[in-house]
Formats: sequence, structure tokens, C-alpha cells
Amino acid sequence: MVSSETIQAIQARFPSAEITEFRKQFRVCVPREIVHDVLRFLKDECGFTLIIDITCVDYLYYPKAKDRFGVVYIVGRPENADRLIVKTFVNDPEPTLPTVTDLWEGARWLEREVWDMFGIRFEGHANLRRILLPEDFQDHPLRKDYPLQGRGERHNIPVVTRDLG
Amino acid sequence: MPLQRSELSQATDEVQEYLWTMNFGPQHPATHTTLRLILKLEGERVVDADCDIGYLHSGFEKLAEHLNYNQYVTITDRMNYVSPMANNVAWHLAVEKLMGLEVPPRCQYLRVIVAELARIADHLVCNAAVGLDTGAFTFFMYAFNPREMIYDIFEALCGARFTNSYTRVGGLMYDASPKAIELIREFLRKMPRALDDMDRLLTRNRVFVDRTKGIGVLTKEEAINRGVTGPIARASGVTRDLRKDEPYLAYSDFDFQVCCAQGGDCYARYLVRMAEMRESLKIIHQAVENLPSGPVHVDVGQRAIIPDKWQVHSTIEGLITHFEIIMQNRGFEVPCEEVYCATESPNGELGFYIVGDGSPYAYRARCRPPSFVHFALFPHLIRGHMLGDVVAVLGSLNIIAAELDR
Repeated sequence: MVSSETIQAIQARFPSAEITEFRKQFRVCVPREIVHDVLRFLKDECGFTLIIDITCVDYLYYPKAKDRFGVVYIVGRPENADRLIVKTFVNDPEPTLPTVTDLWEGARWLEREVWDMFGIRFEGHANLRRILLPEDFQDHPLRKDYPLQGRGERHNIPVVTRDLG
Repeated sequence: MPLQRSELSQATDEVQEYLWTMNFGPQHPATHTTLRLILKLEGERVVDADCDIGYLHSGFEKLAEHLNYNQYVTITDRMNYVSPMANNVAWHLAVEKLMGLEVPPRCQYLRVIVAELARIADHLVCNAAVGLDTGAFTFFMYAFNPREMIYDIFEALCGARFTNSYTRVGGLMYDASPKAIELIREFLRKMPRALDDMDRLLTRNRVFVDRTKGIGVLTKEEAINRGVTGPIARASGVTRDLRKDEPYLAYSDFDFQVCCAQGGDCYARYLVRMAEMRESLKIIHQAVENLPSGPVHVDVGQRAIIPDKWQVHSTIEGLITHFEIIMQNRGFEVPCEEVYCATESPNGELGFYIVGDGSPYAYRARCRPPSFVHFALFPHLIRGHMLGDVVAVLGSLNIIAAELDR
């Protein structure tokens, strides 16, 4: 578990950060303008040099949610199991965030997956293209307004019958 | 998909004219799963590689939003299908962390046993595949034999050999029968011998060592910078092991070592996996011999598990709990909160980021797949090596496409 000194250091450096705790896990909510600075601070000065995950949550139907997308960065310390969740919110239209690939090489594919699934642009990413879905796919399927069964992508696949083949 | 320059490519356009482009996969026996590599070759030397994934994408994370916390365990089986038990444990550990449940000691011990058995099965397959791809077919057979015993144990525990779905929110599907315990004891007797045989067969085999030593070297700094975890990171000298650093379940009760190596190459990864299997055997041995008695489920009052029939018919708490769990509009009580919970799966850190919204369905369940992070390493590891080294590196990363694409 992250020590309270670290938490105080983050709070002192970034007064606008909202730090909450749940089940012994600290969550740092920051405005999107400073998320890169916060992550740089955590990496360079607090020892959180391991990027564990970058993901996103679409809060479209979430009770009492104010913003649409919450992007979650999970960073950790490589010598123990300390980890910190950094969270920021972005909204339609054009949800964008600065990339963190300049801090972590490992963020490349993780950011590509967030772009693929949620359509959040990471400015400065060298190669932000789809990773799991085909290049010509139109939607971002993990958004809450995308139906579970898709929007007819499967129905439009041409059927090759025995006669044609 | 036309070949696009890899994001890390250093070759310029003039140089690239003279290069061969080779397509590797998505259907190729040495990829073991469906993934595609686009290799740029200069003679037999790999100048650059590009990974094209997504062939097995099945929308698991979308499905998680439409299945309840118990139903989704069947999907986790299909993520890393080489060690499904480890995924089951990871998923329900995360769900229980969200709900604030603590499972009883017997359940914790049994979960440790199955997770460690899954680790052995996974490492056996991974090392067997490395051996197979580098020409050691006999080794593959030696490794798959003990793996059968593990599947027999799983069959005795839950009736399924492969897609187990053994865990439940707040407990397990069934308690371990004496037959299963007996099978585990037999496995513990036979497995060290099998490991010795495997060791003697391959660890000092000159062809194997030549083909894996110094191939695909990953330094410690790069491993950390690229988010690598698990045996691959430990082969590069990172000492992080969640079983020690953040003892979940009952791992703090057991005496075991964290296996690390310095080399960071394919051979070091092989050695780390071999050593980890022996440590897992130690853990299983301690867990089986000290298996606590008692229930495998949380208390009926915590409303997480379907109670026994006699409890339903003879106690009011049992009846209410049964009703609450079964009815569509009720089910689990989940806070409107978010939690990240990770376990040390055989492949690395397998974490679930779950967002609860009060309903029995996860609002969002992100799986942090180790294979996904590890496969991003591949172009970096293979650059400058020979075409024949592709399979050695690919095998030592232990890429499971179902987990990669989800």
C-alpha cells in the first residue's frame, strides 16, 4: 500500500488533485490538463516507474456521473506491489489526452487499445491506429451507446454460397 | 492490411527497397495461436517486425457488462486457456475485493492449490512449446505427460478438464473431495521426477542452449519501462512477484522463493519457468498438508453464494439468500465503486479493473492481460536476430492469443 507521505507529496504538488481511498487503494483524480505532469511527477520523483495499465470507462449511463469518459492510468513500483490509480475525465466531442508514450514505451499498445475501443485520441502518439479491430471498422465498441450485438457489421459480410464458389 | 512501418522502425525507405517482406501467420503452426507477424528480412536477418493482432477478438470486455459476476467466470476460462484456473481465481478475487468479501481459509487454500497447479500447467506448455519450436520434440512429450495429471486433478475437483469455471463469488463450485486430494498427493510425488527428466533432457542440451542463449535479450530497465511483469520480468532481474509483495489469498502462509535470473534472454526465461514449477510444487505441498477444515463458502448472511438445500429448507436466512441471489432484479450487493485487483498469474500480472454500479452486472470489467503487454515487446526483442529465432522468442514470451485479443 502506498505510504501517506507519497500521497501528501502528490497533494502538495498538485492541489487540484482529488485523492480518494477505497479498499486500501488510492485513486488520484486530476483535471485532464495536468494528467501528463502528474504522471511524470509520479514516474520521476515518486518511483512509480512501471506502467501497469491504461484503460477507460464510459460513464454514459452511470449513476450521478458528470463526465463521459474516465481514463484510468495504473502505475506501480517495480520493487514492490505499490500501485496508484490516476484518473482523468474527458468529454465529447473530440475526447483527447496527451500521450504518455514519451514516459513509458509500454503505453503504446495500451493507448492504441483505448483509441480502438473508446475513440479517445492521444495527441503525440506516433502510431495511433486500431489494434484489435480491423482498420475499416467505424465504431468504438466499448462505448456504452454501442449495442452488444453490433450495428449490422456481421450481417454485411458477404455470404459465399456453393454456387458462387 | 498493407505493411505499415512499425512505430519503432529505424530503417529508411532507401534501405527498405532491398528487404524481403515475409508474412508469418495468422495460421502457422509455430505461432501456436492466431496472430500475424510481418517480418522485414535482410537475407535471414530480421530487420524489423510488425505485429498484427485481433484475429481472436471476441469482445470479452463488452460481454462482461452483460453477464453477472458468476456468469462471467466462464468467459475468463477462455482468456488464457492454458491456465484457466488462474483466471477464475483472479476474476473472483477482484469481484470479492469490490464487494468487500473475505473467503474462508479452506477456500483460500484450495484457490492457492488450483492457481499453482495452473501455473505448473502453463509453464509446462510454454517450455514445451519453446522446446518443440527449437527442435526438441521429445521434451514436448515429457512436458505434456505431467500436464495430463493436472487435468485429471481438475476433473476430480470440478468435473471439467479444460474450461473449469471453478470459483464462485465468495467460494468455490465444490469442495475438494478426498479423491482430488489423493490425486494431488500423487502428482506431488511424481512431478519432481518428471521435472528432473525434463531438466536432464533439455537444460544443458547444446542445440537448445545455442538457440536460446543471447536471443531476445530484454534488460531490466527496458522490462520496467515496457510494463513487463511475471516470469519474463523476473528473467530480466526484476524481483516483483505479487505473491510475495502483496500476499493475496493465503500466500503469506507459505514458504517459497521468488525465482529470478539476470540474463533476460530466452534461455533465462526458460530457466525461470523451470524453477518456478519447483517452487509451485513446494507451495502446493504445504497447502495440501495444512489444508484447513471448515466451509468453502462465505457465510449465508453475506448474500453472495447460493446456500445448500438444507439451509434453504430449514432456515429463514438460507431461504432469503436463495431468493435474493436467484431473482433477476436482485442478486449481489455491489457498491458504486471501482477497484483494481491483480494476481500473479503464470504469465504475469493479471488484473481486473471492475466498476460496480450497484447492479449484479459489472458496469465495466477491464482485464489487464499480460500477453498483450508482452507481445508489444516482440519487435524490440527480435530486431537483429535470425528468422529461426522468431519462434524461440515467440515461444518464450508465451503469447496466448485468446488473452491477447480477448
